[in-house]
Amino acid sequence: MEIFEYAPAPESRAIVSIRPSYDLFIDGEFVEAKSDERIVTVNPADEEPLAEVAAAGDADVERAFAAARRAYERVWSALPGAERGKYLFRIARIIQERARELAVLESLDNGKPIKETRDVDLPLVAAHFFYYAGWADKLAHAGTAGTRPLGVAAQVIPWNFPLLMLAWKVAPALATGNTVVLKPAETTPLTALAFAEICQEAGLPPGVVNIVTGAGDTGRAVVAHPEADKIAFTGSTEVGRQIARAVAGTDKRLTLELGGKGANIVYDDAAIDQAVEGIVTGIFFNQGHVCCAGSRLLVQESIAEELLERLRARISLLRLGDPLDKNTDIGAINSAAQLARIRELTLAGESEGATGWSPACPLPERGYWFPPTVFTGVTQAHRIAREEIFGPVLSVLTFRTPDEAVAKANNTPYGLSAGVWTEKGSLMLWTASRLRAGVVWSNTFNVFDPASPFGGYKESGYGREGGRHGLEAYLG
Amino acid sequence: MADIPPRIAVRRTYKLYVGGAFPRSESGRSYPVTSASGVHLGNAALASRKDVRDAVAAARKAFPGWSGRTAYNRGQILYRVAEMMEGRREQFAAEVAEGVGKAKAHTLVSSAIDRWVYYAGWADKLGQVLGGANPVSGPYFNVSEPEPTGVVGVLAPGGSSLLGLVSVLAPVITSGNTAVLVASERAPLPAVTLAEALATSDLPAGVANVLTGRVAELAAPLAGHADVNALDLTGAGDLATGLEELAATTLKRVLRPGHDDWSDPDPGLSRVRPFLETKTVWHPIGL
Amino acid sequence: MPDTLPGSLRAYLHGLPGVDEVGVRRRAADLATRSVKTRAKRSAIDLAIRMVDLTTLEGADTPGKVRALAAKAVRPDPADPTAPSVAALCVYPDMVATAARALAGTGVGLASVATGFPAGRTSLEVKLSDTRAAVAAGATEIDMVIDRGAFLAGDYRKVFDEIVAVKESCGDAHLKVILETGELVTYDNVRRASWLALRAGADFIKTSTGKVAPAATLPVTLVMLEAVRDYRAATGRQVGVKPAGGIRTTKDAIRYLVLVKEIAGDDWLDPAWFRLGASTLLNDLLMQRTKLTTGHYSGPDYYTID
Repeated sequence: MEIFEYAPAPESRAIVSIRPSYDLFIDGEFVEAKSDERIVTVNPADEEPLAEVAAAGDADVERAFAAARRAYERVWSALPGAERGKYLFRIARIIQERARELAVLESLDNGKPIKETRDVDLPLVAAHFFYYAGWADKLAHAGTAGTRPLGVAAQVIPWNFPLLMLAWKVAPALATGNTVVLKPAETTPLTALAFAEICQEAGLPPGVVNIVTGAGDTGRAVVAHPEADKIAFTGSTEVGRQIARAVAGTDKRLTLELGGKGANIVYDDAAIDQAVEGIVTGIFFNQGHVCCAGSRLLVQESIAEELLERLRARISLLRLGDPLDKNTDIGAINSAAQLARIRELTLAGESEGATGWSPACPLPERGYWFPPTVFTGVTQAHRIAREEIFGPVLSVLTFRTPDEAVAKANNTPYGLSAGVWTEKGSLMLWTASRLRAGVVWSNTFNVFDPASPFGGYKESGYGREGGRHGLEAYLG
Repeated sequence: MADIPPRIAVRRTYKLYVGGAFPRSESGRSYPVTSASGVHLGNAALASRKDVRDAVAAARKAFPGWSGRTAYNRGQILYRVAEMMEGRREQFAAEVAEGVGKAKAHTLVSSAIDRWVYYAGWADKLGQVLGGANPVSGPYFNVSEPEPTGVVGVLAPGGSSLLGLVSVLAPVITSGNTAVLVASERAPLPAVTLAEALATSDLPAGVANVLTGRVAELAAPLAGHADVNALDLTGAGDLATGLEELAATTLKRVLRPGHDDWSDPDPGLSRVRPFLETKTVWHPIGL
Repeated sequence: MPDTLPGSLRAYLHGLPGVDEVGVRRRAADLATRSVKTRAKRSAIDLAIRMVDLTTLEGADTPGKVRALAAKAVRPDPADPTAPSVAALCVYPDMVATAARALAGTGVGLASVATGFPAGRTSLEVKLSDTRAAVAAGATEIDMVIDRGAFLAGDYRKVFDEIVAVKESCGDAHLKVILETGELVTYDNVRRASWLALRAGADFIKTSTGKVAPAATLPVTLVMLEAVRDYRAATGRQVGVKPAGGIRTTKDAIRYLVLVKEIAGDDWLDPAWFRLGASTLLNDLLMQRTKLTTGHYSGPDYYTID
């Protein structure tokens, strides 16, 4: 009798039609870039080119801001909130209608498993637009410092959750009456361009959303543009610093969602099987390309051995491979550059004396892949305990007392997320109140909701996205 | 019958306030403070970058304790500060009068004390006004609450030596931050007097640290200090842009200089919010 | 054979790691999204059929009904001899003799509920004689119920001792211990009851009688699979798991197999270690099996109702 094994279960690509080449989306139209430079976006799972997009130059960025300013002054800021909200509701509905297509497109361009784009990214994208749609005509009740839009928002988003980060940026900006110039990440522009089509489909007035594709130079031009009244950036702490420096002395408002090195604290009384799940979700969700990943496991020494044994057994079950296979848990690393960074840091981990472990896990021959990896024997001094790896690599440290756990958790310039696992309510609250992090997941990890504010302490950035708090960044 | 010689007044030495103590500047320097008309009022300590360092260390040390107190207790302590200020009305008035005249000085002192009381009352309201439960779509308890940012560097306004001073310091510490404040360079004496009031209240050592000296000398080490979490550039003047650039290195929260109207008796949260973080805590709801 | 247990069962059972409901539901829901298609589905369906404890536990059961069901257990799809037999037929004790005659020589197991099923509200003596009678009449497997009242009252010793006593009365018959998780309500209780039964010598732990709602659920079964997995790791002894009640479709059955595979492991993917207590499920499995063979959807008229 044949043993029951999963057969390949690939989601069909047929639902998506990718054009060979994309223009910029400015003033409600796809327009040819003035810049000649083009970028090829590849499928990280097989390195095959998916499409070519424009790398917007200064003149293109100029055009986008002119359109956004015009739309702000002539249409959008004057539109009653209730009407703005209806556009956002329309967008949310269209996203739901096209969710399958967008999920496949996101998996192709990003490398993340279809299971996640289908069950996490897309539902959250639609929910985010629904949530902020309802705020558009209630801004006076939000408890924010101001209730007036700022003008044109310059938004630069990363490649780890391309469409979700777009939603986090665009939905509150539009709900509050701002217009947008958005630059998606160089390696994941396709769902943003699909979103441009959705804006057209929704009948959104031209210029309210403008999407300029490109790499670092385009991003710099977008955030440096004098017409940008507000800058919202999600990405690396290093680029965040440069932007913060660049806006010094101006009136521009700035919010930054940057890196993290989240601690996931497991006390000895934790619900151990759920803690193991939480650790796995914390670091291997989205291949660890998550700024709020629980990349440092802090486990109480008395249960460390048992927990690690269970963790290794669990990790051995993770299915790595074709992102479009519905049973894939771990997809491809987004780019060759990111893969090189992960390799460099894991090599540093080995050479600094930590012990790496990965399950027996054959990697596909083509594409960018990295196996789930756990480092034990890690100390606070190791690079893998201090630097953000942004990959499926977990560093394990131990602690003896709650004080030590909190001290180690906070011993980082970052402060985005943290986790705490205990069945004792008072210990959970004690720990949560001492963690210097913007999001504390207790007895869970990596759950998100449009109503829940998200953002960091310290060098993880400032400002909040999501919830009532997320309106603050777009009102003056 | 011999005349009784007139009593010679005992003058004050104007010192820094760091970690609950009153040191002279580590540098041993001082600078003369004069009134608008040029009368010598005293010598203020001329703090150095090392005094900045010491003050930041004191503020950091005080942060866990101060932020960990109940909001009610912080409010009580800040109210106690106002009581101490009330007892020094005349001294404040005399110092403020050097710039604005006696009648106005008394009004300003009253406003300053009232302003302190205003912010004392905010301490245990912030959590409710700025935080709350978030209705997430799932079986989770999800709550956001404001938390203090940490150590805040404050450049007090140059022109409003007491009311402006109080208006920038009180909102920073009421939420649980600790502060390193650089006083008005030209008129530092009310800041020193305020420090003496703070020292005789129940405010824990290091929660508020007051430096006097040259803003141009002290602001840069404060803005560049990696253990400072936020900056209030109200008194930065032309230095503001450079300081904001320095602050970017460690991504400090920055309150840019604005057009402040210190006379508004209800400034709201405009000076409290910039120095708050939002922490969101999730927990499952289940059996 | 029961383990030696520390003096306070309460201290022991309450010292087991807790179970977070939301976390366990999230994990079960995640595994429920596994896609099982084509050849995987084919092998899963056949495995599921081989794991079925085909059950009739009605007051209206008659020898005729039991004989008919026995025939179906042996040859579920008269039109397709390649369809495997089920694991066992599950009946009330008084029907065991009838069933034994009908199943003789077929290799299909004969399970009998016992111990005052389903409430279990009888004396220990009655429970033991109920068990002995079923075994004597030919039952190869006994599905007992635990005393949920005693469990909820904290009298863990009583529950433990009863399982030990019933196990002794079983002789060579395998003992399945029904926890009736729908009455235990919390996942912490499910975990504690599982360990109590494991330590007392159960050969199988079973979710439900089918007479209480909710009966089997994915998260409850997940917690029980964790228990047998951890118990084998700790003692070396492997114990089986049987969800029963409410499993009606092929999709449901496959979701249980996915749980078995990813929680307990491939070692449990065998009728010796995992059973599905069900009745209507079998026809849906057969219908899906036919669909895979012929490429066409079938209809209920093409399968025997018993």
